[in-house]
Parts: sequence; structure tokens; C-alpha cells
Amino acid sequence: MKAMIKVTLKNGVLDPQGKAIMGSLNSLGFEGYDNVRQGKYFELDIDADNKAAAQAKVKDMCEKLLANTVIENYEIEIAG
Amino acid sequence: MKTTIIQFPGLNRESDMIMALEKVSGAKVKTVWHTETSLPDTDLVVIPGGFSYGDYLRCGAIAARSPVMKAIIDHANKGGKVLGVCNGFQILVETGMLRGALMRNANLKFVCKRVVLSVENDSTFFTSKMTKGDKVACPVAHHDGNYFVDKETLKRLEGDGQIVFRYADGTNPNGSLNDIAGICNAKGNVIGMMPHPENMIEPLHGKIDCRPLFESIAA
Repeated sequence: MKAMIKVTLKNGVLDPQGKAIMGSLNSLGFEGYDNVRQGKYFELDIDADNKAAAQAKVKDMCEKLLANTVIENYEIEIAG
Repeated sequence: MKTTIIQFPGLNRESDMIMALEKVSGAKVKTVWHTETSLPDTDLVVIPGGFSYGDYLRCGAIAARSPVMKAIIDHANKGGKVLGVCNGFQILVETGMLRGALMRNANLKFVCKRVVLSVENDSTFFTSKMTKGDKVACPVAHHDGNYFVDKETLKRLEGDGQIVFRYADGTNPNGSLNDIAGICNAKGNVIGMMPHPENMIEPLHGKIDCRPLFESIAA
């Protein structure tokens, strides 16, 4: 199975990198967008009996290392 | 004071820290590699600055999960003293020993300059030779020192005197909430700070403002 994990900053946490990316998009002439937020993406192959077990294992990984839950949220998707 | 410095791959401030501890605090310093699972008999553990594991994932995140950290947490739980400077502070917040997080500097730049710190709590093991409100010059050198914590915890930190240092005179270099430069845990035996006091103790450093901090350790 493959696990795909998105880690993003929580709402209310300032994202100066997102702001800088937005400035750069502006300078390229893009219009009609707002609130650029950046984050991280992880993929990993995982051995588990079923999707629920894989989900639980990856959740533990997120809580213990992949995300800093003081400032970040995570979303897990299991495929395969 | 028996002192142990923890060495992780990628840290680079350990020699400066050892010099300050030996010269000013009169400490006997032992160095311990991050793969150790126990500490020598020690009063104080210092995690110096640098770029452990190349700041991969998040600053301090990988070092915070290394084998020696369990022994450091046990040491702190028994009332042992812990000081983390710069990357050491980032490592301590990643372990959860100190509250909050250190995010990318608000202006996105690596800042390397001298700031002014005000001492906000003069009853810790690192500030006992100072008086609340004292101001000292101190260098900073970091990319991720922007202290963040949720509002409720911030209120508690402020109310309980857990803010140890604040950037003063408009010198906040990174956008830290409430100008926070250094904090301690509820018991006061674990301190973390972004600035580098070990680099402001010799006439050759330009100023010696931070000597009293290291003298506090000796007291």
C-alpha cells in the first residue's frame, strides 16, 4: 500500500513563505487568487493488513514526527 | 557544576559553548554523542547551536527523536537543569520539553546580528546573577527563530513567568510573538533561547554583556 501525507500550517498560523510565493506569482502577472499557503507532502510504501491498519500506523508517524501538531495539520490518504 | 554538552551531527557551536562554560562558569564539561542512551553524572545538560541533520524536515525535529533525548528528558524530569541555545532551543521545543514552535523568520531571511535582550525572569539557573529588566547585548544567527504558541498557552507562559528573555528596544529580528527570545518550563529547570550568549563574553566578542548568565550557572 502507498501512503500519501499532506502537512499544512494550521489556520491562524502566519505563513511568510506562502506570502513570498504569492508576491512572486503577482510579479509573474497571475491574477484572481489569494491566500497562498505552502506545505509538505510525503509518500511512503507501507506494509499493513488493511487500509485501517495502515491509516493508524501513518497517523502515529504524523503525531510523532512528520507533523509538528503545535503549528501543523496533516491529511492521510492510503491507496493500493 | 558538572556539565554535559550533547553533540549531534551538524551542530557547530559546541566549542564556543564549552569555552564559555569552562572559562566563565568554571564548569567541567563532558561531551556526549547523540547515540548514547545514558548521561554521565551531571547537573546541567547543554544543547548548543548549529544545524543538526541539516535542518531536514523541521529544525531540530530529527535530533529531538534521537536516542540521547530520552536520557535528557529523564534528567529534566528529575529536576536536572537543561539549557538549549538556538538549534538546542529548537530541539527542546520539538521534544515537547518546552512549549510552542520556532517557525521561519517572518522576513524569511537568515539573521546574523546583535540584538538587545531584556531579562524577564531573574530567578532561573541562567539568570540569577541578573535583575529583571536588565538589558544585555547578544548576537543572534538563525533562520527559524520566530516563536509561536497558541493564545492560551502564551497567556499561561506570560502569567507564570516562563518568559526568560525578550528582544528589547525594537530589535526583534524574526517576528516572535510578544518579542519572545527565550522561555523556560513550568519548573524553571529547562531553558531555551534563540540568541547566542556564549558569543558575548570576551572583549574580543565586542562586549561581555552575557558573562553574568554564565556566572549564574556557577553560583
